[in-house]
Amino acid sequence: MTGEDDVLVAAEGVVKHFPIRQGIVFKKEIARVHAVDGVDLSVRRGETLGIVGETGSGKSTLARCLTGLHPVTAGRIFFEGTDITRLSRAGLKAFRRDVQMIFQDPYGSLNPRRRVGSIIGDPFAIHGLADGAERRRRVQELMELVGLNPEHYNRFPAEFSGGQRQRIGVARALAVRPRLVVCDEPVSALDVSIQAQVINLLRDLQTELGLTYIFIAHDLSVVRYVSDRVAVMYLGRIVESAPASGLYGRPRHPYSAALLSAASIADPDEAARAERIVLTGDVPSPIDPPSGCRFHPRCPKAQDRCTVEDPPLVPRAGDPSDHVTACHFPVEPGERLARREAGIAQVSTDPDLPEAAP
Amino acid sequence: MTLLQVTDLRVSFDTPDGVVRAVRGMSFALDRGRTLGIVGESGSGKSVATQTLMRLTPGARVTGRALFEGQDLLTVSDRRMRELRGAEIGMIFQDPLSSLHPLYRVGRQIEEMIRAHDGKATREQARKRAVEMLGLVGIPRPDRRADDYPHQFSGGMRQRAMIAMALALNPKLIIADEPTTALDATVQAQILDLMRRLQREFDTALIMITHDLGVIADMADEVLVMYGGRPAEVAGRRDLYYRPHHPYTKGLLESVPSATGGDRLRTISGQPPSLINLPSGCVFHPRCPYVMDRCPVDEPPLDPAGEPRLDPGTEHVSACWLPHDIAGLDERAETARAEAARRGRSGADEGSGR
Repeated sequence: MTGEDDVLVAAEGVVKHFPIRQGIVFKKEIARVHAVDGVDLSVRRGETLGIVGETGSGKSTLARCLTGLHPVTAGRIFFEGTDITRLSRAGLKAFRRDVQMIFQDPYGSLNPRRRVGSIIGDPFAIHGLADGAERRRRVQELMELVGLNPEHYNRFPAEFSGGQRQRIGVARALAVRPRLVVCDEPVSALDVSIQAQVINLLRDLQTELGLTYIFIAHDLSVVRYVSDRVAVMYLGRIVESAPASGLYGRPRHPYSAALLSAASIADPDEAARAERIVLTGDVPSPIDPPSGCRFHPRCPKAQDRCTVEDPPLVPRAGDPSDHVTACHFPVEPGERLARREAGIAQVSTDPDLPEAAP
Repeated sequence: MTLLQVTDLRVSFDTPDGVVRAVRGMSFALDRGRTLGIVGESGSGKSVATQTLMRLTPGARVTGRALFEGQDLLTVSDRRMRELRGAEIGMIFQDPLSSLHPLYRVGRQIEEMIRAHDGKATREQARKRAVEMLGLVGIPRPDRRADDYPHQFSGGMRQRAMIAMALALNPKLIIADEPTTALDATVQAQILDLMRRLQREFDTALIMITHDLGVIADMADEVLVMYGGRPAEVAGRRDLYYRPHHPYTKGLLESVPSATGGDRLRTISGQPPSLINLPSGCVFHPRCPYVMDRCPVDEPPLDPAGEPRLDPGTEHVSACWLPHDIAGLDERAETARAEAARRGRSGADEGSGR
């Protein structure tokens, strides 16, 4: 890891709001979902950035913004120094050759009526790279690369198992030799033994092809395993970001600590020793996020200050400069959060939505 | 005292493609207040087995016995079964959104269940009980939330409502089929915590079906590992995690990414078997790294394995031809396995066997 020029993707203050509209003619905007609300991040060449967070934390929306699938509401995204939020259609098309996605659902992301060979060959067609026998040859090369039998070129997706379908998705993503691959929950729909196969495949391909990954998952042990650095998202913000070992070994944000303590451990004795930090309630609605620090209504360490002042994402006392935390009162080493009582009343947050018309 | 005793349960379905042999001989016993974890991958038969116990698999050919307090669940009358479901045996499913009726208020659905089983309960009593149950599972302001529709609940709250419904009549047994798979980690922790607390309070027996080894490590007293419709290994929790005997169990445990793991995850090669065309002999042999000559020929019985035991009082059985005393994940067990497998192969076909 060297200097700034090694950065492949950088996001600056990325905001993505989705308007909720009501009415047929005027479609008045009645509220907005703050899906991503001010995210800065950078991904270096050849590394894997893991993004963890729960449902509604905005991690998938962020991924879609970074790949140019969603136009951003505000902020800038640089890929190799070019601001992709200002690109023309033609510029975007070229950008999309460099950035590919692998999706969660190996059933929903492949057209069931098309043959596997033509699905994997799509990127060649779209970018006009190869056709005829040449395309077939390259598709079969890709199938070989991801561990599929090239003779299955003419089969339909339904003839493959879940793990094999995910390999098809990987082959399609790699067709145009992308530099960045965004994996959105690539293994969560797979069985444990198959999960391991796909994770190993992704790692081998990274070494072989020098890929950069953004790896999004809710399974913390998988993310730890594949990532060099990990960012934790909560309600549209990154609350903590650090090298994987630093984050997992010594989480500073109370939410990261709670999330890590909640992860199930496949080891009975360790599971019995582990102290769970059980949070109050559910993740608040991103339509009307809490004031100040967004985690304060569920935080065991919350004080009055947290309700008004939004903490910046900076290195906290005693942390290396690449370990940043957005918290006024970060978790101290040895502190037992499970026993803490918040300084302010904890509220279980039920979203108070304006009743949206169907 | 044994609450549920299942003996040699077999379930198959006739389909146009052939006979699907979903469960091929499953036996276990469960005491009050204990938790049995059933682990397995998709298609291992874990859900079919428990749905059959509840008689929720119409059209299946079922043999075997399942004695619940002396009555065979597989042969009691439909009427008796309806009484048992809900009142004596509660169920919690994976997807709470599709198990709750979208057009009825949550409280109303719990009331309905209470009144269906207790003819004497008035609407007011049933309502009171429903609100009480919702409060017990940690739904804030239960008297108000009882009047919400399922879509107004978050995923975690819906699963709590399902648990409230399953517990409303204080059943002796709860069957939970992937109860937390659809939930986030922090919510999963809340729900498991809740289930453990309620189980202790009501001395309920629990069958927990999941593919998540982490959840099992946390919840189960005994674990049954299903593969290809049969139990591959049954053991106390610590025995299973620290002294596994069956190569499939070992493979599963090693596929989980761990903090200390090396550069590559160990995997189980190949795919789970088709339940229509099952491999001959031991169903795991096409994927097994220790395959021996007899594996494709003879199906191994569930025999005692892995002495000595880490969980006294539980049995440890495994359906594998490897010597019964080779158990564990350490180097020594590994060498012993490889050595046993080598001896089990005739010299000529070194490395073939598949």
